[in-house]
Amino acid sequence: MRADVTELPVSIPIPTGAALAAAPVNRFAHRRLRHVGELAIEVVLFAAAFSAVAVTVAIVGILVYESAAFFSHVPLVDFLTDTQWTIMFSEKHYGVAPLLAGTLVTTTVGLLLAIPVGTVTAIYLSEFAGARTREIVKPVLELLAGIPTVVYGYFALVMVTPALQFFMPELPGFNMLGPGLVIGIMIIPYVSSVAEDAMRAVPVHMREGSYAMGATRLQTALRVVVPAATSGIVAAYILGISRAIGETMVVAVAAGQQPNFTWDPREPGATITAFIVQVALGDLPHGSIEYQSIFAVGLVLVLMTLSFNLLGHLARKRFREAY
Amino acid sequence: MRMIDANTMGTPAVTSGAVPAPALKAEARALDFFYGEVQALRKIDLPVWENRVTALIGPSGCGKSTFLRCFNRMHDIGEGRNRYHGEIVFHPDGVDILHRSVDPIEVRMRIGMVFQKPNPFPKSIFENVAYGLRVRGERSRSAIADRVEAALRDASLWDEVGDRLHDMAFNLSGGQQQRLCIARALATSPELLLFDEPTSALDPNATANIEDLINRLKEKVSILIVTHNMQQAARVSDYTAFMYLGELVEFGDTNVVFTNPKKRQTEDYITGRFG
Repeated sequence: MRADVTELPVSIPIPTGAALAAAPVNRFAHRRLRHVGELAIEVVLFAAAFSAVAVTVAIVGILVYESAAFFSHVPLVDFLTDTQWTIMFSEKHYGVAPLLAGTLVTTTVGLLLAIPVGTVTAIYLSEFAGARTREIVKPVLELLAGIPTVVYGYFALVMVTPALQFFMPELPGFNMLGPGLVIGIMIIPYVSSVAEDAMRAVPVHMREGSYAMGATRLQTALRVVVPAATSGIVAAYILGISRAIGETMVVAVAAGQQPNFTWDPREPGATITAFIVQVALGDLPHGSIEYQSIFAVGLVLVLMTLSFNLLGHLARKRFREAY
Repeated sequence: MRMIDANTMGTPAVTSGAVPAPALKAEARALDFFYGEVQALRKIDLPVWENRVTALIGPSGCGKSTFLRCFNRMHDIGEGRNRYHGEIVFHPDGVDILHRSVDPIEVRMRIGMVFQKPNPFPKSIFENVAYGLRVRGERSRSAIADRVEAALRDASLWDEVGDRLHDMAFNLSGGQQQRLCIARALATSPELLLFDEPTSALDPNATANIEDLINRLKEKVSILIVTHNMQQAARVSDYTAFMYLGELVEFGDTNVVFTNPKKRQTEDYITGRFG
């Protein structure tokens, strides 16, 4: 048998009986070079994965650090309860409520448009459209997501608002309704594309089970496919909400940039993001209260999206289907 | 629409001993089927007798599932140009259910199907069985509850799930899920039930349960079953059809087909020489 063994491509010479007795060689010892190579690759992979985490931690750290400076001047209670945000004026009020209301109003208007339209689009593309229709409609929809948001901003200002004024003559030129609707249009592709992927992932045999019971396409779509895809559809909505909350240019351009504590979308307003742009573009001294304030409101923004992501995560766990 | 009188169909080609000749439930006549340009079935003639189990056997790719799916027009779903030639006449109506004047949804309302892999819906046990009734617009809660219970009893599942009807169907075992799918099909009182390899994803115990069930169900419903398991065909069916390369090679009484096949191909297949 020994003659056969020596033919194996083993670099370490196989000790014969006498040599083995004289100088014991461990043929199963670690190969140093192999381990170095593996380790190097592992380090590179870890660094790549860790960089994203590190950046996130750094951003949150800076937000918290600068916010702490802000809250050493402004009591947290004022920040949360005051209903005016007049940080650029001589008589300063530090209530985040107007910015928060602006964000919530534009987001809500956007979602009221994007969630129904996006869901219906997803159902149509997944369950009704033929392959050719889908091949045309999907890329066009995804093109919507590729348009720079500043273009959407001008679209809101010079097209949508004037169009709305045709029906509501008293609507001011800057308002939250127009930008809210445009945000809705902007996030339709996000909602529809993720929701459609979730619906198409529902196995064919589940659809066939429904058809075999005499169900129509619509019944199958609404009673079987949508419930089966709930977790993915919720994920689509959460993605849409996060995009809407974080949207900046549309509201900065078309909503008026006036911190205005109102829940009426017809009025002008400013969102958290629009305010940050406004301040960040001005030449404010580093360390001033105005400068620090953008970190405080930025922290609020991060907390909002974070809580929506958590909610989405919980919802996905709740509705996850094991098919 | 061509109307056919069931009485002119004559007696079954092979009758099983002293049992009186059953009535004809459905009949394929010179059926061709094409997936696009590819012909999958060639000139198939097959009777399906009422309250009997007819098994379709044959090697993989012989077209037995394709043939089964013609009966409830499943090929009409989805994309691609699938074409039927020939007829499947459904009795007692005498209607060709492949005819263009026939609504496939109406066909599926009277011909149920159980699939290879258990495919319960993401709903509760109760709602799974109630699905067909709800799809048909049944609104009476008590009528639905009665039918659901009856169907679960018929599928021998009531004793196991009667106290947890509102649990999700996915929590059931594979064999229970398949019996749930049978209950779901039974809830709407189909006249013909199609089984597409219903036990191929199940363990031997669950398989035995399903086979028992099929034996009992034939008192209520006519059954057409595709199986790759010849012992199963021998155990559950009254008639057996052997298919090969899209053609029906032999059809007859199961005992005869298995003990004394007329065609060489049938004999080779059932003795395990190929397939």
